[in-house]
Amino acid sequence: MQTAQPSGSVGLPLRPPAHQVDPRATTWWRLRGLATTVVVAVPQLVVVLILGGPAWLVGTLVATVVAGLVYAAVVPGVLFRIHRWEITDEAVYTLSGWIVREWRIAPISRVQTVDTEHGPLQQFLGLASVTVTTASARGPVTIRGLAAADAAELARQLTETTQAAAGDAT
Amino acid sequence: MTLSAAATAEVGRHEAPWRRLDPRMLVVGPAGQLVRLLPLLLIVVVTGQGDTPRLLIAAGITALVVIGGVVRWRTTRYRITPERVELHSGLVRRQHRSVPRDRIRTVDLTSPLLHRVFRLSVVTVHAADSASAAERNGLGLDAVSAAEGERLRQELLERSPAAPVPDEPAAAEPELLAGMNWAWLRFAPLTFSSLAGVGAVLAAGFNLLSELRVDPRDVPGVDDAAERLADGPVWVAVGAVGVLLLVLAVVGSTALFIERWWGYRLTREPDGTLRVHRGLLTRRSLSVSEQRLRGVEVTEPLLLRAGRGARTTALSTGLGKESQGGALQPPTPRAEAHRIGAAALTPTFSKATFLPDSYMNVALLKSPPSLTPLTRHPRVALRRRMTRALGSTAVLVAVAWVLAETTGPGWIGPFSLALLPPAALLGWDRYRGLGHALTPHYLVSRLGGLNRRTVVLQRQGVIGWTVRQSPFQRQVGVVTLEAVTAAGDGGYRILDIGDADAVALADAVTPEVRAFAARER
Repeated sequence: MQTAQPSGSVGLPLRPPAHQVDPRATTWWRLRGLATTVVVAVPQLVVVLILGGPAWLVGTLVATVVAGLVYAAVVPGVLFRIHRWEITDEAVYTLSGWIVREWRIAPISRVQTVDTEHGPLQQFLGLASVTVTTASARGPVTIRGLAAADAAELARQLTETTQAAAGDAT
Repeated sequence: MTLSAAATAEVGRHEAPWRRLDPRMLVVGPAGQLVRLLPLLLIVVVTGQGDTPRLLIAAGITALVVIGGVVRWRTTRYRITPERVELHSGLVRRQHRSVPRDRIRTVDLTSPLLHRVFRLSVVTVHAADSASAAERNGLGLDAVSAAEGERLRQELLERSPAAPVPDEPAAAEPELLAGMNWAWLRFAPLTFSSLAGVGAVLAAGFNLLSELRVDPRDVPGVDDAAERLADGPVWVAVGAVGVLLLVLAVVGSTALFIERWWGYRLTREPDGTLRVHRGLLTRRSLSVSEQRLRGVEVTEPLLLRAGRGARTTALSTGLGKESQGGALQPPTPRAEAHRIGAAALTPTFSKATFLPDSYMNVALLKSPPSLTPLTRHPRVALRRRMTRALGSTAVLVAVAWVLAETTGPGWIGPFSLALLPPAALLGWDRYRGLGHALTPHYLVSRLGGLNRRTVVLQRQGVIGWTVRQSPFQRQVGVVTLEAVTAAGDGGYRILDIGDADAVALADAVTPEVRAFAARER
């Protein structure tokens, strides 16, 4: 877990949460961006090379690759600066998003379950996500890109805290 | 607390016995299916003109259905233990479903026509939002006797372990909150769901015609009328079809309204549940535990709003998003809709405070929370609504002009300009609707133009917040605040509220937010 000074809070309705995610998350986002680019570009490439597709398809192919590379180069850094999280005795608080920012607050007393999950890429990088669910279908708060060990510890703490709270949290 | 006493008593007894569905289902189940298969059977028999193989096929289908009904009855068992409701079913594909009783939120009794003849009810139990699909879709007992259904309804809702026993002695008689007023029938043609129903009626009619191999053109008179229309000017044909559709819509929606809302009654039962009775052919009764009621929503779709009508739904945990989910009433005059909303909320409200019931009730009914004067949103919200409405329309207009210049008929360019004034009006209207308020017990918010919705949410019903801000919103200092709740849609948005107001509002409802508010801006 890494704690850095919150940056640039001017004009925001809420202060940024205290903690940043693991720096390896940047690599995770970058790899995901590249993987998406590959998935979108390869079919186009196949059509162009094998079937000799129309000229405009070459254009879209180049555009896809350029957009993917630019995304992978620029966006993960931005995401890393934006994504933050914080857990106090009273609430879980996250900030995520890239173009549209999203702040989520879930009071601890309303938390129902705490899950950790590791996708294949996350496992490879030693990362994990923690999802905190409330009784609402729209309520889950997910902290992505935590170091796996930190995530496990966090989930354990959260589970303990929420078990102490009474009621069925609806 | 009587719970522990009850629990001890239950432990003392042996396991709750498994029960079968009502034996009358041996008749009603297959009969219902046969009615549904009737067109098919008729076609098989009629087209064969009585040759033996086709009669045998029809007889075979009938036999299979009857056997299926018997097997279904033999293999379906249910029981209610102190902790769970369990349902076993299926011979080949065995299913075991169970719902914890403390998660039960609503109990629905439905009696389709055939069930009514045999005095049977389908009991559907809805549980709180949960991961398992079985619990989300509800657990259905199809069917038990009407008396057993009523008994189950009371047992499941009243003795739901999470619901504390009411302190005051319960009144013996259910309290009538609202009844049917047939003047409300005038709102029937103004509801979109009714229009959709007309579409369904048309489709069904057309299907039936094609199944029976009847060409509408063979019906005497139709062909003649079609020819005359085709010979006349275009506007006559368009007008005739329009009038025909309109008449169909009015007749169909009125018929649907009557079927749905015949015998409508909204009552508060002595056991603390809100109960909606309705239905002409299919009798329905929805029971919402008041412990689970988190608020109400007053919706005014554009047409209904034009007719000064509205509709109120209950926001309860466990009520799904299916149509008619928590409908507390048919479309009614606006004032009546707000009154019902207030009446539905009153008891939960008075229990939460120590003020005398009568005082609270009077105050609440005089000024329903859904009619609380709302705080308007900043002017930039108007600009954003107008940009949205006019921007998207401008794109359409541009496309129309391009089409007019290149391929399409020349008139669509100028014609498309006619879209702009309604778009502007809609934008203005959407802004006028925006607003929020915080009363001592409720968070009230309103939004929407085509479908205006006023949501009244209990403060205690808010279980989290989501704040969203797009770059455009960031420039002008507004956000979209969403109150997260376990009931209804799961979250209700307050659109384009000033950012400081949003944080202050969230803070006032759930003090946990305070720690995260920006200290200086």
